[in-house]
Amino acid sequence: MTAVSTETRVSSPPVGRAPRRRVRIRPLYFLIAAWIVGVIGPYFWMFLTSITPSNELSVSKTTVIPEHPTFSAYDELLRQTGFLHNLANSAFVAVGVVVLTVVCALLAGTALSRYRFRGRRAVLYGILLVQLIPTILLIVPLYIELKKLGLLNNKLGLILVYTAFAMSFSTWLMKGFVDQIPVEIEEASLIDGCSKVQSFFHVILPLSRPGIAAAGTYAFIYSWNEFLFALTFTFNDKAKTVPVGLSQFVGENMIRWDFLTSGGVFAAIPILIGFMFAQRGLVAGLTSGAVKG
Amino acid sequence: MSQVVTSKVNVRRARRAAELRKRGVPWLMLTPAIAILGGFIIYPAANAIYLSLTSTNLLNISAQKFVGLENFRRILQRPDFWESLRNSAIWTFGNVAFQLVVGMIGALILNAKFRGRGFIRGLVLLPWATPSVLVALMWLWILDPNLGVANHMLHALGITHSPIAFLSEPNTALPTLMGIDIWQGIPFFAVMILAALQGVPGDLLEAARIDGASVWVTYWRVVLPLIMPTVLITVMLRLIWTANYFDLILVLTNGGPANASLTLPLNAYLTAYKGTDLGSGAALGVVQSVLLAVLVIIYMRRVRKSELA
Repeated sequence: MTAVSTETRVSSPPVGRAPRRRVRIRPLYFLIAAWIVGVIGPYFWMFLTSITPSNELSVSKTTVIPEHPTFSAYDELLRQTGFLHNLANSAFVAVGVVVLTVVCALLAGTALSRYRFRGRRAVLYGILLVQLIPTILLIVPLYIELKKLGLLNNKLGLILVYTAFAMSFSTWLMKGFVDQIPVEIEEASLIDGCSKVQSFFHVILPLSRPGIAAAGTYAFIYSWNEFLFALTFTFNDKAKTVPVGLSQFVGENMIRWDFLTSGGVFAAIPILIGFMFAQRGLVAGLTSGAVKG
Repeated sequence: MSQVVTSKVNVRRARRAAELRKRGVPWLMLTPAIAILGGFIIYPAANAIYLSLTSTNLLNISAQKFVGLENFRRILQRPDFWESLRNSAIWTFGNVAFQLVVGMIGALILNAKFRGRGFIRGLVLLPWATPSVLVALMWLWILDPNLGVANHMLHALGITHSPIAFLSEPNTALPTLMGIDIWQGIPFFAVMILAALQGVPGDLLEAARIDGASVWVTYWRVVLPLIMPTVLITVMLRLIWTANYFDLILVLTNGGPANASLTLPLNAYLTAYKGTDLGSGAALGVVQSVLLAVLVIIYMRRVRKSELA
């Protein structure tokens, strides 16, 4: 009913010049508002639930806002469950993946951008094709491989696997960023007496910082979010990550909503921060390949 | 005399070494990346093909036996294989189609001028960056038959009289899962298409407007052809990704009820780790990969033809 009345108001004939502009904008704002509510709604609902005391939670809800908001779910989550271990494992794995991915991708991206050598195209497209191999094809042989290497239920095992899966996109991303650094700057540094290695550290490394940030954020988000490998390759709190820990609050017979929602807030925070931090570079990297190609 | 010769040889040697070093440098820089890709993607991929030809049990991996195409023969006889194939097709094409249409509208909205545009462009991408488990659990809570807000709202609005168990009824399980995946995937389409829209030259739109073309005609005749390459690539990336994605289904329904939401990759996973039959699991993985490769090749050919025409 309210929606209808706004619509009619919007389409009513404008008087004068200024209102005409407004009339054009209004339905757009309505759509944007609806979209934002659709996106933010579930997160907000999760947060509200996490601060609702359990006795209010079990009663069929009549009010949306909890009457006695409390952070006791967070307290219990960290004290009674292994979630703190999960958080630590996830952080450790994510940092490892980011460092390893950025170093490898920066080296590979620079090689593919700056050198012309036989097999270059094959490597470029090989890296692209590798990314098309389905996870499900690899999960069984990877399980056996990690078992043989003694890397099952091991954070290092997860780091290696995640780095491999983040590598393709990161390498293409880095290549794109290095492509944009003018060769002239590098040549100037060589003329000024830099060696090739020095010019890499003094020219390419600092100038590709946005690319490093984008590739690092991508690697971080990927490893923080990954679920399937972590579920299959880890067995206890020594290596289980946040997504696996979260999924375990859904039991056969009951679901711990208080733990799920408070743990969910913990899982969302780094993504929110990392994403706001490097959103621009990531979007640029994400879209550059497709738009150019 | 001999001194001159040796120095000449030395110079040649030094040059050769320099040449070799020059040629070796890019490969040296590529080594770490290639080693990791080779060790943890290419080698296991080759190994998967071998595994699919063996009888291997999760609980006793070393007792492996070569059985040829036996696994594939048995897969084709399983009714759940055909069920999961059908569900996979619905899941993949349905999700991508919806995401494309809504994402396109979303991109057009984001391309309009409004206050706080940069911030909102980042904000709408949030679901895409959220862990799939978290997305699954947020919606599990919203859709809960007893305590969930979705059923409360439907009841309050008078649309339903009794709560719907969205995820545990055979008719609603797969569509509900698809709805959640579409929610998460729309931003990706919107942002990719938005990037293409920003590349459409303003004077072309101006020219169309001066020639008296309506907004609608301008969109179909000017904008759409220009953004088509990006749309086609995004659709392909998304088809591959969606076909392989089953985290959401694994967490929310585990393929149930009665295989109503069982897709092909999930079937492979459950065969390997619940049925402990790694050989058949690998074989289902090979089937999935081959079907996807065929899909990609057909798609690429079609796209090339339509672009030539």
